[in-house]
Amino acid sequence: MQADARGFLLLEDGSVFEGRAVSPGSRFGEVVFNTSMTGYQEVLTDPSYRGQIVVMTMPHVGNYGVRQDVAESDRPWVEGFLARQFTRRPSSHGSEGGLIAYLRRHALPALDDVDTRAIVRRVRRRGALRGVIASEPADRDRLAAELAAYPTMAGRALVDEVTSTEERVIEPDGGAARFHLAVYDFGVKSNILRSLARRGARLTVLPARTPAARVRQLGVDGVVLSNGPGDPEPLTGIIEAVAELAASGLPIFGICLGHQLLGLALGGRTFKLKFGHHGGNQPVKDLASGRVGITSQNHGFAVDPDSLPGDCEVSQINLNDGTVEAFSVRGRPIYSAQYHPEAAPGPHDAESLFDRFLDAVRVAAGGEGPGTAVDVP
Amino acid sequence: MSPFLSASDRDILTPESAPVPRRDNIRSILIFGSGPIVIGQACEFDYSGTQACRALRNEGYRVVLVNSNPATIMTDPEVADATYVEPLTPEIAEAIIGQERPDALLPTVGGQTGINLTLALDEAGVLEQWGVELLGAGIEALRRGEDRQLFKEAMEENGLEVPRRGYASGLGEAREIAAGLGYPLIIRPSFTLGGEGGGVVYNREELEERVAVALDASPTRQVLLEQSVLGWKEYELEVMRDRRDNAIVVCSVENFDAMGVHTGDSVTVAPQQTLSDREYQAMRDDAFAVIRRVGVATGGSNIQFAVDPATGRRVVIEMNPRVSRSSALASKATGFPIAKIAALLAVGYTLDEIRNDITGKTYAAFEPSLDYTVVKIPRWAFEKFPDTPPELGTSMKSVGEVMAIGATFREALMKGLASLELDGDVAAREARMADPIKLRQRLAVPNWQRLFALFAALRQGWSVEEVAAASQIDPWFLREIAEIVAVEAEVGCWDLASVPELLLRRARRSGLSVTRLAELLDCPDDQLAAELKRRKIRPVFKRVDTRPVSRP
Repeated sequence: MQADARGFLLLEDGSVFEGRAVSPGSRFGEVVFNTSMTGYQEVLTDPSYRGQIVVMTMPHVGNYGVRQDVAESDRPWVEGFLARQFTRRPSSHGSEGGLIAYLRRHALPALDDVDTRAIVRRVRRRGALRGVIASEPADRDRLAAELAAYPTMAGRALVDEVTSTEERVIEPDGGAARFHLAVYDFGVKSNILRSLARRGARLTVLPARTPAARVRQLGVDGVVLSNGPGDPEPLTGIIEAVAELAASGLPIFGICLGHQLLGLALGGRTFKLKFGHHGGNQPVKDLASGRVGITSQNHGFAVDPDSLPGDCEVSQINLNDGTVEAFSVRGRPIYSAQYHPEAAPGPHDAESLFDRFLDAVRVAAGGEGPGTAVDVP
Repeated sequence: MSPFLSASDRDILTPESAPVPRRDNIRSILIFGSGPIVIGQACEFDYSGTQACRALRNEGYRVVLVNSNPATIMTDPEVADATYVEPLTPEIAEAIIGQERPDALLPTVGGQTGINLTLALDEAGVLEQWGVELLGAGIEALRRGEDRQLFKEAMEENGLEVPRRGYASGLGEAREIAAGLGYPLIIRPSFTLGGEGGGVVYNREELEERVAVALDASPTRQVLLEQSVLGWKEYELEVMRDRRDNAIVVCSVENFDAMGVHTGDSVTVAPQQTLSDREYQAMRDDAFAVIRRVGVATGGSNIQFAVDPATGRRVVIEMNPRVSRSSALASKATGFPIAKIAALLAVGYTLDEIRNDITGKTYAAFEPSLDYTVVKIPRWAFEKFPDTPPELGTSMKSVGEVMAIGATFREALMKGLASLELDGDVAAREARMADPIKLRQRLAVPNWQRLFALFAALRQGWSVEEVAAASQIDPWFLREIAEIVAVEAEVGCWDLASVPELLLRRARRSGLSVTRLAELLDCPDDQLAAELKRRKIRPVFKRVDTRPVSRP
């Protein structure tokens, strides 16, 4: 075993966790933990993690390697990555390379041989903390001073750092398009696009600052508001565009940050959760059916249910802490999900949300009602 | 239509799983224990049955327990309202039913014995005659879970892949089927404990010999011949389902030993380690499809899969529509009390109505996430059974097991090995494995000393790839063992006064005991212990808490 460089994670409360710097470098971010036991590459490449250092609670990370086609975007966005033990050499028929080589190639600082539970306990107790991950040699005093000046997540508008700069079109998988949807890219995960294209939708993916007029000009059948990083409240301009679209009567589906933006556009407020939900084991209860699904989640902000206008109804809640997971608007084809129906990583329990939305799109376009054939692969 | 019900799930909801009201219309519940401790069915069923009895009593139900084994916790007077220490036969069970007039029977917590007895009572018409309702899983579900032919058909109807197979009730039929499948193939008799009478056969002579034995072992004189998935990776998912059709995976388990070794004789690891998220989630989807199709309305099931390491192709192997040895292990590994929850689900609760005892705030509707690694190692007692061949196959031979929890696989594995309480030390055991031909044999043919042979081979300079090729054990596990061997070798280069602190920490984090380290550093245990204390290298103790630091 080669002697790796040492490194550490320094938190804003002054605590330091020393470990092995398997991928060198130094980066600042908000420290969050993720409880997914699989799917580390999907986590790394999820643009919603912009500005965050992620601690994986699963001890062994990297076991099955990495591969191109499971990436959720074209690069990793996580600022720093920690686990109890990163696997040196993967073992899987599907592996195209090792995780550590991948992290080094992307100059993404990573630390292992740390007591991840101790970090998680601190984050749970204190709430999400700013931190810096660094490899030796490093000047701790200087880093601590810089960390104090690093912005907190509340108030950070990060969408502009991850959105695409140009419109692009994605054709449906096989056959003619049954719907044309506009997808606002606030940091969209590829599997949202794949899930829609697989169901026969032609997608026009739009940069985050696209005005609502452009959507009308495209003549789409519905709008999807994607996931994305940071605080939704400072996203002025975008919130107004969403409000305009919501008023237009077009079917809208907001996912994660998109759900929060819908809440804001309808007149509600959002707030920062203590340490957020990051992982694939979050139980969500559907209030109408009484059923519970296990969902994939990654968010640090939530919609305040009391702030929503009278025609909005909370339809799903998180079973652990009661936070809003979905709301609907009376008489309007507006759907939201705080969690990730596209999973990747995580359970597929909520995948049918895409079918439900496309049913609504079909109805709004003058087609037949729900229950008509949707090819679910 | 619920957003949490996919289109494919809707089609497979069986009438058995239709919602029923909360069970205030039943007052007394009959439970069967699993009888005598035998290989394949031991105290884990006492653990599960006791949990179930207590949970139901706690809910105000009158619990009537029948178990022929008085040396169990469940037969303690305070566990059930009425306890019968009587043989677990249909005749006696019928007499007890006649006397106690239970409203319902929970057949899924007494192991295979409980299920077999329930099926026998149903066939004899006893359940119908006395109006005893089955809780958890109905007769059809029990049959589909236990009868391999029915199970296979149900899986195929649902588009789930199973190994190709054929059913024989005589030698001639067996020969025909074998000709179609090719060798090696697996023989499995129906309705037996711990796979008794089963095995792997490599040629026609072995086939004829084993089929005769298997037919005798099966109460229905039927035997299954199955395409070999020997060498494939083996997984188990512990699944729970409630009356609203909510389903969760409590725990995933990966077998260290490849297919071909009975799970009870395999070293197993939780959570699973070598499947990608895509592979794991697809397996989870399949597991839910299996429990729904088999029709276990409420409760837990253990569902086994094999995965071809070369391609990732996945087949369903079997399911136990009841609590099992694995669910007892999964309960302890995750802090999720499967048998207790299964009992509560059976009387009408849903997962989101049952509090998580550990957090006190959250509910049983969630999936435990582990920030640690669990390793189970079987314990054999071949010295007590000198006539039993030491090779391991599809019939279980272990008499017990150790479960170890560590931050990493290495740590858990080494803790487990230290807990086996084997006579003589590991080094001496390995030293006897110097002969390369015998060593290869020990790696290739599963046997109770194979774990030590893996260490021996790696110590003797075999590469991980060579050991993997010989043993068909996933290289991921072997590399971790190779790291333990490497750390040991490195520590052996130093003495106590000079050994670097980081190396000592690494060695402890790789699971090396103080005794083993002292041996490598050639110093007395207490000296090393004092040195570790001086350098502030201390063991830490953490809690199994169902999700990493679980308080919301």
